[in-house]
Formats: sequence, C-alpha cells, structure tokens
Amino acid sequence: MLATHGESAKLLAGGQSLVPMMAMRLVRPGWLVDINEIAVLKFVAVEKDVARTGACTRQCVVERDEALAARVPLLRQALKWVGHIQTRNRGTVGGSLAHADPCAELPLVAQVLGARMLLRSAKGARTLEAEKFFSGPMATSARPDECLEEIHWPAWSWRRTGSAFTEISVRHGDFAMVSAAAQVAIDGDGRCVRAAFGVGGAGGTPLAFPKIAARLVGTRLDDAAVSDAAHAAAAETQPGSDLHASAEYRRHLAGVLAARALREARERARSL
Amino acid sequence: MSETLHAVSVEVNGRPRSARVPARLSLVDWLREDLFLTGTHVGCEHGICGACSVMLDGQPVRACLMYVVQAHGHRVTTVEGLAKPDGSMSVLQDSFCETHGLQCGYCTPGMLIATQALLNSNPDPTEAQIRDAIGGNLCRCTGYQQIVEAVQLAAERMAKEAK
Amino acid sequence: MRAMTSFRYIGAKRRAKEHPRFVSGRGRFVADIALPGMKHVALVASPHASARIVSIKIEKALAAPGVLYVLTGEEFCANTDSLAIGVDAPKVTRFALAKDVVRYAGEWVAAVVADSRALAEDAAERIEVEYEPLPHVIDPEAALKADAPLVHPAHGSNLLYHRTFVWGPVEEAFANAEHKIAFRAVWGRSATVPIETFGVAAQWDAGTGILDIWASIQMPKFPDQVARALRFPGNAVRVHHDVDVGGSYGVKRGLKHAVLVGYLTKTLGVPVRFIEDRLENLRGGDMQGPDRFFDMQLAFDTDGAIRAMKIRAVDDVGAYAGRSPFQLGKPVTAICGPYAIGAIEYEPTSVMTNKTPQEAVRGFGQSPTNFAIERAIDRVARHLGMDSIEVRKRNFIRKDQFPYTIPSGSTYDSGDYHAVLDKTLAAIDYGSLVRARDEVRRSGRLAGIGIASCLEPSGGNSAFEVLMNPKNENTTWMDSCLVRVDLSGAITGVINNSSAGQGHESLVSTVLGEILERDPETIRVVRADSLTALPSNSPVGSRMAIMLGGAAAGAAKTIKETLTAIAAHNFECSPEDLEYHDGSVNVKGASSKKFSWDQLVEIAHRKFHKLPPGLEPGLQAKFVWEVPTGGALPTPEGRIQIYPCYAFEAHVVLVEIDPDTGKPMIRRYVCGHDCGVMINPDIVHGMTYGGIAHGIGAALYEKFAYTEDGQLASGTFMDYLIPSAMEVPALAIVDHCTPSPLTTFGQKGSGEAGYLGAPAAIANAVNDALDPLGASIDALPISHLAIWSAIGARKGAAST
Repeated sequence: MLATHGESAKLLAGGQSLVPMMAMRLVRPGWLVDINEIAVLKFVAVEKDVARTGACTRQCVVERDEALAARVPLLRQALKWVGHIQTRNRGTVGGSLAHADPCAELPLVAQVLGARMLLRSAKGARTLEAEKFFSGPMATSARPDECLEEIHWPAWSWRRTGSAFTEISVRHGDFAMVSAAAQVAIDGDGRCVRAAFGVGGAGGTPLAFPKIAARLVGTRLDDAAVSDAAHAAAAETQPGSDLHASAEYRRHLAGVLAARALREARERARSL
Repeated sequence: MSETLHAVSVEVNGRPRSARVPARLSLVDWLREDLFLTGTHVGCEHGICGACSVMLDGQPVRACLMYVVQAHGHRVTTVEGLAKPDGSMSVLQDSFCETHGLQCGYCTPGMLIATQALLNSNPDPTEAQIRDAIGGNLCRCTGYQQIVEAVQLAAERMAKEAK
Repeated sequence: MRAMTSFRYIGAKRRAKEHPRFVSGRGRFVADIALPGMKHVALVASPHASARIVSIKIEKALAAPGVLYVLTGEEFCANTDSLAIGVDAPKVTRFALAKDVVRYAGEWVAAVVADSRALAEDAAERIEVEYEPLPHVIDPEAALKADAPLVHPAHGSNLLYHRTFVWGPVEEAFANAEHKIAFRAVWGRSATVPIETFGVAAQWDAGTGILDIWASIQMPKFPDQVARALRFPGNAVRVHHDVDVGGSYGVKRGLKHAVLVGYLTKTLGVPVRFIEDRLENLRGGDMQGPDRFFDMQLAFDTDGAIRAMKIRAVDDVGAYAGRSPFQLGKPVTAICGPYAIGAIEYEPTSVMTNKTPQEAVRGFGQSPTNFAIERAIDRVARHLGMDSIEVRKRNFIRKDQFPYTIPSGSTYDSGDYHAVLDKTLAAIDYGSLVRARDEVRRSGRLAGIGIASCLEPSGGNSAFEVLMNPKNENTTWMDSCLVRVDLSGAITGVINNSSAGQGHESLVSTVLGEILERDPETIRVVRADSLTALPSNSPVGSRMAIMLGGAAAGAAKTIKETLTAIAAHNFECSPEDLEYHDGSVNVKGASSKKFSWDQLVEIAHRKFHKLPPGLEPGLQAKFVWEVPTGGALPTPEGRIQIYPCYAFEAHVVLVEIDPDTGKPMIRRYVCGHDCGVMINPDIVHGMTYGGIAHGIGAALYEKFAYTEDGQLASGTFMDYLIPSAMEVPALAIVDHCTPSPLTTFGQKGSGEAGYLGAPAAIANAVNDALDPLGASIDALPISHLAIWSAIGARKGAAST
C-alpha cells in the first residue's frame, strides 16, 4: 500500500493523535492503512541487552509489562505521564514515535536511551537510531513507503541503574510544556559509570545530550555536577514559544526538569 | 462518488451486530446514529473530553478516536450495557444517583464507563486512583466531588455485596 | 424566621428525579433527536478577523454528493431580520450568516445542507470564498481610540455603551480619606464551555404553519426572538422544552443557530439539524465570555474602613452584541459586594472588537466584578499592614443592618456575613492553615492563603435592561407553574423551560409535595412547549429556586384552597373551621370528620353537583409570580433594585507554588455558603462544587486567547483548558442559613454559587504566596508562565 500510494497513504496505529487531526480535517490521507490487527506488530520481548516492542503494541501493555519495567524502567515511568487510561488503552508505542511530537513522552525516552527503529518496506528493512529517526517537529526520516515495525530499547546491564521521567504540563495528561528523562548507572562506590538524559518540548525534536552526559561519568552525581549538566543542556536548547509557554520559560524548565530527573534517577540507582 | 462500504461484526452490549459502513465512520457515530445507542455522547471529537468513552474488550477507550471498522471482531460496552441483567441500575449507577454524582448528565455515561472499568480492575481504589481514572473525563457541572464520592460509595457497597 | 426542621420534604436528602434517565443512558439531548428525513448542516467560516467578502462560489459544493442546498448571507439577510440587541445600538445588526463583510475569524459565511454531516463538511470545503482583508482591532483600549478600525462603521464607533454612575459623595470621600490605592484588575476571556456543544433541530410543517424547534437552549424569550427574526408571528414557533441540555451555565443561547436552521427547514421543507462541533463551538458559536479590565480606586482610613470606591470596567464584547453588554449592568445590584461602602462611582464601558461575540456566563458579570473587589480588599489590607480578614469584617454589613440599601439603590434582603466567614475559618481550622502555609514557606516553596467573600444576587430580575437601555421598559421577569391533579389523584407539575442539570423536576416535585403534603416521589413534573407554556423567563440569574419554587408553591396553595373549599361546601361550614392534613381535609378537632384526597379529587373531576358555586370543575391551578421587589424603573441617577435576594459565600483556599516552575497546586479548599433555606442540599452543594471548579478554571487555566492577527489561539480542548479531576482538589462546603424574608420558604438562589468567589480567592492565594517576593499578579487566568515570570527567572533554580 505504502509503496503504491506513497505520501498520500498514512498508517493508522492507535489513532489517538492522527484521528483527531483527521476529524479536524487538518490531515487528509488519500489512503489510511489500519495496522491494529497485525499480530506480528504487537509484542514485547525482553532479551539480554535489549527489549523489543512491536510498533503496534498498546501503551497500556507496555506500561503493565513487569519484565520490561525491570529492564527498561524508563518506559513505564514515562507512560504514567502519557494522556489518560483511555488513550493509553488504544495508543501504541510505534504510533507515538512515528507521530514524533517533540513534546511527547515516548520519543524522548527513545532519544535518551538511543532506541533503534526497525523500518520495513517492500524493498527490505533498515534500522535507524532515534537520533537519526526524529528529523523535526512531527517529522521522521522514515520514507513514505516504510513502516515502523519494531523498536529496540537498549537495556543497561549495570546492577545499579536508575532512571526517572518528569514533566510539566498545565493540566495532568496534556502534552508537556517541557519534559525530562534521565538514566544513570553507578558503581559500588557511587561513581557514575554511564549517564544519559534529555528534554522534550524544548526544540523541534526531543533532545538528548550525550556529550554533556559523558561529563558526568566518574563523578558522584552530586547536586552541583547534576545542576551544571542540566544547565549546560538547557543552554543548548532552542525552544519555541506558544500560548502556554515562552521560549525563555521552556529553556528554564529544561534546566530545572533535567536536574530533577537526574537527581531522581541517581537516588533510584543509589537505592539498589 | 459513493463511499465504499465495509462489512463489520461487533458485539455490542452482549449482542452481535453486523453492518456495512464507510471506513471513515467513527465508532461513536455508528453507536449513536445507526444503533440508536444515544447514551454515549460526543463532546469534542478530538479525544480530550471523554464523553464518548466506551469499553472495548472491557477496557475504556474513546469512541470518537476509533473507526467502526477497527471494532470489527471486538466487544463494545456502552452505558446502556452497564445495567444489571434484570435491567435495574448497577451498583455504580445507583451510587451516582445517591451521591448526586451528576447534574446535566452529559458527561455521565463516560464517567460511568471510566469508573466501572476502574472498579473492575481495582475494587478498592484510593481517592487519588479515582481521580486519575477520571482524569481524562471532563465534567463542567460537579467539580468532580460527588463523582469521587459515588465511586467510593460503589466500592463500599460492592465489597459488602461480595461478602 | 423559619427553622429548617419545620419542613417535611424541603431541606431533606432526596435523590434527584432526573438522575435515573441519565445514568442509564436514556437522556434525550438535542443530538439524540432524529427526525425522519432529517438533513444536516455544515458551515463555512471566515478565516479573517476582518474582511470584505468579494465573492462566494458555491457551484462545486452544490454538485457534491448528497448536497441539498447552500445558503449564503445574501439570501439569508434578505429574508430574515437582525437578532435583537440589548442596548440602544440599532445599527449593530447581527445575522447568522455574514453578508458583505466578516467581523471576526470564525464568523459563519455559508451553510451547506446535506444528507449527513460528513457529506455537508465535504461540500463546505468546496465553497470558494474570496476575501479582501480589512484592518482589524483586537485590543479593547485600541478599539476605543479615534483612529481605530470600526467593527460596525454604521454605528460610528466601537463604543457600545458607556455611562458614569455616581452614587453618593464619592469625590468628598476620596478627598477626606486617609489612604487611597489604585490598580488594574484584568479578567481573561473565558466562558462556561459546557461539554455538550450547542445544537438545534427544526421542522417546518407547511400543513399547520408551525416551526417546531428542539434545541439545547437556556434563554429567556427565546421563542419570541426566533419568531421575530424569521418574521413569523409568535404562535408559529413551537420550542420544545423537553430536551435535556448538556450543561449551559448561561451560554446556551443559540439564537443565530436556531434562526438559521429554522430558515433552512422552512425553505427546504425537510427537517434540519445542526450540532456544533467543538471547533465551531469555541470559535463561531458566539459563546465566549466576559473579557474585562477594571481600573479600581479605593479611599479608606487607617482603621480599614473603606469610604468610597471607583470602578471603571471596560468589557470587550467582541464583534456583535446581544445581551452581553448587560453583563456590565447586573453587578450594579451588588456593586459594593458585602461591604458597607457609602459612595461608589461605576463607569461601565462596553467595547466592540474583531473577536468572537460573548454570551452570558454564570453570574452575568458578577464573578469578574467580585474578583476586582476582592483583590481590592486584599490590597487595602496589604497597604495598611492589616489582616485581610480584619479588613473584611471591619467593612461587612452587619446582621442587624438588614434590609440594607446600597448606594446603587438595591436593597439586600438578609445575611450574616460575619457568622459565615467565622464558620468557614473554623471549618478549615485557620490557625493550622496558617501554620501549614508557613511550614511550606520554610521548606523553600511558595504558599499562600486566599480569602474571598462575595454575594450571589439571585432571583433573576433583569432590571439592568431598563437601567442600560432607556428605550426598554421591560419591568417584569415573572415565572409560572401549572399544577394538575388528575382523576387518579396523581399530581403533575407543568414547567415552562428546559433544564441543564439544575434539577428543576426535583425542585418542583419537592415544593409541591411540601405544600400539598404528598410524597414527592409520586409527583411527576413535565415541560410545556412554548405554545402551551405559561410565561417564563427561563433558568437564568439564579432564579429558579426562588421563582419556579415560588410559582409551584403558589399553584399548590391554590389547589389546597380549592380542596378545602370543596370540603367546606360539603360540610356546610367555613373553610376556617377545617384543616388540611396529608391531602385530606377534616373538621378542626374532629379528625374522623373528613374528606379524603381521593374523595375531594372525585368531586372536583366528576361531581359538579357537589362543587361550590363558581368553582371550575377539574382540579388544576396556575400561578404566575412576579419577582419580589421587582417592577420598578431606575431613578435618574441610575439607582434601581435589580435582584431581590442575596446569597453569601466565603472561600478560604491554600495554594502552593513550585518556585522553580511556577506550577500552582490547590492544597485546601473550603467554601462557606449561605443561600437561605436549601430545598435540596445535594443539588445546592453540587452546583457550588461545580461553580468552584469552574472558578478554578477561570483563575488558572481557561482563556480564549487571540493572536495579533485576530485568530483564536485556543480553539480546541488542547488549548482551552478545562480543569480535570486532577486539577480540582477535594472541596468542602460549610452551610449556613439566613432565610430570605422575600421568598416562599426563605430560599435564595444558588446556581452561580462557587464560581462567584473562587477566582478571587485563588488570585488572592497566589498573591499571598508571591507577597514575600514582592511580586503580584492581577490578571486572570494566572498561567504557570505568568507565575514564573512574576517570580523572576531565578538562575540556578535547578539546584534547589
């Protein structure tokens, strides 16, 4: 279908974003391909270093999966902020990623963890890192004939790994003005061996800051180090303004929330 | 150009229903306009207000964000399907009446679907859990206070009945 | 004064009669009305805030599948009359479809009628409208300037209404007062936004010449106004009131919708229905609300006594006006709030801009005014270094001063403001609340306590009409009830309006049961249509407990008198020798010598020979009641009694603010409420809770925001933010009862309760929280961004 109709065709997963846009006649696909009944797109598989989810796996299924929560806890932490129970019951993981709203929660998780997207077309399959997948506001590098098939979420093997997700929205359940996600691993002495964090809503795509995060490795993740990293990250953001938040406010929130997420992740790691 | 019709079979409130529908027909419009199940309401058609909530295979979903063709082969429960088998009000419905958990009645079916689904999975919810469960259902009359009280009352009564 | 315990049914817990149909999914809302052969409407709306319509091409739409008709303003305006405007501005005409020019983004330009809504929308997209953009004005102060683009050039200016009222020695008080303050309070454009949009279905019957209308309506004189606009005699329009209305709180006045659909069904000869979608509702439905700023000045003494107040209120009604300018008029009836302020200057100014028109919102201007007054009280306290509770108590009208006439000429019926505030403070344990606030502050977060006290003028006597329009001499706002007792002895109350959740069936059955001493469960309440109805002014202005309750009681008393007269005739005694008890009538002191209810009903319906001479056979009674204290015209200075009864509420709230993000969280909320005798406490409480939630929305979340180019920026529920159960905290209400001496049972109105004081209380709490930083915010809604900006972008906040 996608190969034949190209850009005039749209894939319909959970429909929690696409359907309202069609109802408002903002999006008018010539062809709409429902992938909800394709069983092979719906699964959760937790492996040694990676957890794989089918693109059409419902958010509520991912949220409730204990094995997944044990290996990639950031997913469950983020999903608590996604919409409401009714939307998570229909909304899918892949749908949210392919929709690529820069304020949405799951794209941020993918960006921070460096998730890999398995894209398939009639011609074959390829894998894209999140960083390459998200190309702009509501835009991805997937070609019109490609379908997001699986998402591979890296699972960290350090025993003392902690993660956290936080966000500020005006009302609970709305898209975030700004969100932040962090994951850190510490050794037995409490020294950081790996860190990753990022913010959503502060640019055209969700942002991760691998270079700044790398500077945390070797530190004890004390508040000053965390704060420095968060501020350095915030300084790199170029948020837009809208009705609810100015660019300046968003940039400020990026720093505040990144620090909070890092501290919370650190506390979880320390408790292990 | 006449629209292509698609055959669907959906179990609605325990009853198998078959129809031929255009692909763009939303589940809520089908329930209301074709099956005359007008208890499910339309409030925003963009997935925010929750007035159109129904259960799909027992889980609450927004019927304005689904096409009928997507419900093919699934079970749908609407507010009309919440009553006891003898047609009398369910404990939850009766509790809404008792605590004055509604005024104009427009959001009520969605609230009942959301809170019945909550009680089905969590028979003894905290106030915070109740608020979370109805967080995606807007009400403009009640300030939610007496809705929360209705769910608490229903949980108590169901616990007593279970004993 | 009546004690509540002297009632049999009034004041007791009673389930609402309406509930079973709603919880079972059997409500009958307008979108549930399906008429055979019914067609559906979709609209084409203006993308411009101001533009000339150069051309409209409809051919492609007419050729689209399922399309029956396309209507444009050219045809519509030639065949219908302008909707009525409340103030004296005859050139500000208003039609459902624009002709020649559009005056706001979202204004309807053309209507498509098709077999389904989806097909009508498909066709509407094929209509090509060519516009020539014209200058527009969005800011009300800019609109008042001499060089501003005119929204209605024929009117000559954008000023719709302006007057300066001076009641009492204002200048003298300002000259002599020890202190003065001045500030501006801004009320953001928000509205009630019910979860059901507006809808109307209509069917023209050429055989009878009657236009039947089913609509989600809450509006006085709606049938009359529809008929006038359609150039029909009043008796050609039949509005069905047995349509459940999915929330309104004032705004459901879709006059233009109904005239449009009425015209279409008349023209096409088929039933037509139009149900707004949410985007149409928010943008072109003409149901936005007050958009107002207040320039406040107060003169007061060191002891906190307020001597005089000046209020300049500038309200932006948008591009057209119906009754909305009157929302500056109702506050005249409580212009000094609950305070004994001897001299008031009030300068209401109504301005037109290129925005969506505003409609009546719960309280009809009272909540914005209360917000300004209550901010002023807190500012007086802050200026003097006094506790704001002390300032309030210092200025409250005392219990022994009622009835109390305020400078603008309205007399407050009764109240005990000190007692209610004290009760509220006790309920929330004010001492511990202060400690809780200070504890939060010590932890590095911000916290504030907000207090607001205000009045709910009730009884819906809309004398602001005669105050604001000298050509209008409408001095009656009657309401009515018909009570029938049928051959089986069953009682039916007939009411004359639709309801939007206020529980009118419960109200009337309880009142009839109370007077006739019959179980309200057995009493049915039905709704007459507008051709069979008695006069009514619909449920606006917190009037139904008073007016419909009073009318129902009046009719029931007549039934009681009739039954007593029948018994007296048959006992050959005087009615004074008899007593009425549980529906039977017996001779005083001889309870066995009686006529039972069934016997009396039997005589009334079948035994003319046993009826007293002159008594009508059958058993029914109507009662039409004029608003108590109503009926007068204003004095030349603009003094007038508007509403008769004054309920009182005191709000106390604790708000916590995250200093790093500006996010406010309401931690505690208690509302003290005195609306006299409550007929059904659950219903009163429910409306109060809902009003508070609505007020939380107006205070923190909701705004119809416009871009500089005149586009509505909050046209979906993703941007117009109605608070959910996660934003509204657990709420508590403390009841107090000061009966009204003017009403049947001592009741006052309560439909606007909660909403009138909540925005003020929350604003005061946020300001108390910001006070230690020396910051303040006097503009609603107080967004996260506004709070953060007020706090100041503190660098290094991430480390906290």
